[in-house]
Amino acid sequence: MSSTVQPTGRTWKKPPFIANPVVRWGLLLAVAAYVWWALTTLPFDWERIQDGIPRAIRIFKGAFPPSFIRGELLFDGFMESIKIAIVATLLGLALSVPIAFASASNIAPKWLYAIGRGIIIVARSFHPVIVAIVFVKAVGFGPLAGILTLTVYSIGFVAKMLAERIEEIDWGQVEAIRAAGGATFVTLLYAVIPQIMPRQIGLSIYQLDSNLRASAIVGIVGAGGIGSTLLNAFGRYDYDFALAITLCIIGVILVSEAISGRIRRNLW
Amino acid sequence: MLRITELVKRYGNEKAVLKNLNLEVPGESVVSIIGASGAGKSTLLRCINRLVEPSSGSIELNGTELTKLEGKDLRLARRRIGMVFQGFNLIDRLTVMENVQSGRLGYLPAWRAITRNYPQEDIDRAFHLMERVGIAHYANKRADELSGGERQRVGVVRALMQEPEILLADEPTASLDPKTSRQIMELLRALASELHLPVLINIHNVNEAKEYTQRIVGMRFGRIIFDGEPVDLDNEAMDEIYAGVPAEERGGAESSTHLREVAVR
Repeated sequence: MSSTVQPTGRTWKKPPFIANPVVRWGLLLAVAAYVWWALTTLPFDWERIQDGIPRAIRIFKGAFPPSFIRGELLFDGFMESIKIAIVATLLGLALSVPIAFASASNIAPKWLYAIGRGIIIVARSFHPVIVAIVFVKAVGFGPLAGILTLTVYSIGFVAKMLAERIEEIDWGQVEAIRAAGGATFVTLLYAVIPQIMPRQIGLSIYQLDSNLRASAIVGIVGAGGIGSTLLNAFGRYDYDFALAITLCIIGVILVSEAISGRIRRNLW
Repeated sequence: MLRITELVKRYGNEKAVLKNLNLEVPGESVVSIIGASGAGKSTLLRCINRLVEPSSGSIELNGTELTKLEGKDLRLARRRIGMVFQGFNLIDRLTVMENVQSGRLGYLPAWRAITRNYPQEDIDRAFHLMERVGIAHYANKRADELSGGERQRVGVVRALMQEPEILLADEPTASLDPKTSRQIMELLRALASELHLPVLINIHNVNEAKEYTQRIVGMRFGRIIFDGEPVDLDNEAMDEIYAGVPAEERGGAESSTHLREVAVR
């Protein structure tokens, strides 16, 4: 049976995201005003932009076709980047695990928690490029600066994510080991580590992947690896070589992405 | 012999969960503790092995005062007290054998625990106990692959690996189906008499308590209000333990508000 619905003349509209009309329009107006102010006060030099366009065309023309003549240099650069990434990942992970335990509020005493979280906050607050500039100044050009930079970067990410996983563990398993008379260290080993292991492995692979990418970038400020090779190529106007390097970076990252993605899928 | 005298447990500034509780468990007896949720059963058991810190009073196990222990002494005392949990609390990602051996952690040096290099006699003992409860063929399986009844058997074996002087069971059958639940109770009773082990069991199922234990302790509002043999637990006693009948010892505004809270829940 069907019943005919009488039209009531009522309409319906989706309620606006911000209910108060004054706030709604005020916000829109404020954003528009800010954009206008920003555009008018930033120094856009239209003449320089005009001059720059032919220069950009010249660079791209010079880059084609990419040149793999100095393949040896390219290969060495990549090997150094991979070395930097692997050493930094291992070092970072080794430091991350104890820092993560110190930063988990459910197992660390308050003072230790404060120290652990402090380290993580410091490690996270600067982009790797800025950290790299500092380390290049401190220890000089080369792979050591890169390793130190990426170690700090790894701590900031891995320790934070791992600490959050530790805070989510099933406490019953900890109670059980404690009830059996396990000492603190053994309790962490038997009741906590098995629970966080899958996450730890996933994070490690992700961080290796991520360090490989970042190692190309921090090289540009002088921290060794393929980034330094790329910088030199630009400095010597070897745009065709620079393009070859860029293409290889893309290739290597795609490959590492595919491998780590596959490993992570199979882990779960 | 376990002797609890004047035990009080208070969380923060709230009303006490355990109020001047006295209990003696001599020799090898199997004791059921019954009572409504919130009566303090779990807190009582957890005070004994100090997973919960008692506020005051004394707990004495075979001559050792447990409430004052710290650090290493506490761990040495804990390893003599086995515990079985409602949610089994197995380490899900470890094998059954590793779970069972974790009952020995209070005895092992750290390097043996880390390298999983367990003493041969512990391994023999583990297989013996696992065969006794029927899980020996699962030794290399991961704990989370087992069914509920099998997991609780692992939990029981883990506790027995401690060579405990007393076994605490906190609602060991509450997560199990009725048939498995009876099997576990039967197992606890049999093991208690085989190993001459006193067992304290928190339990919701009064029929199982009557059937499998010789002594029943009834708790209400942090006090023991019944203590006797299963035959003594008549309807009147049951009402007193579970129903909202005010007992003489409560009374006063304080406890009537508590009653209301319970009723609201």
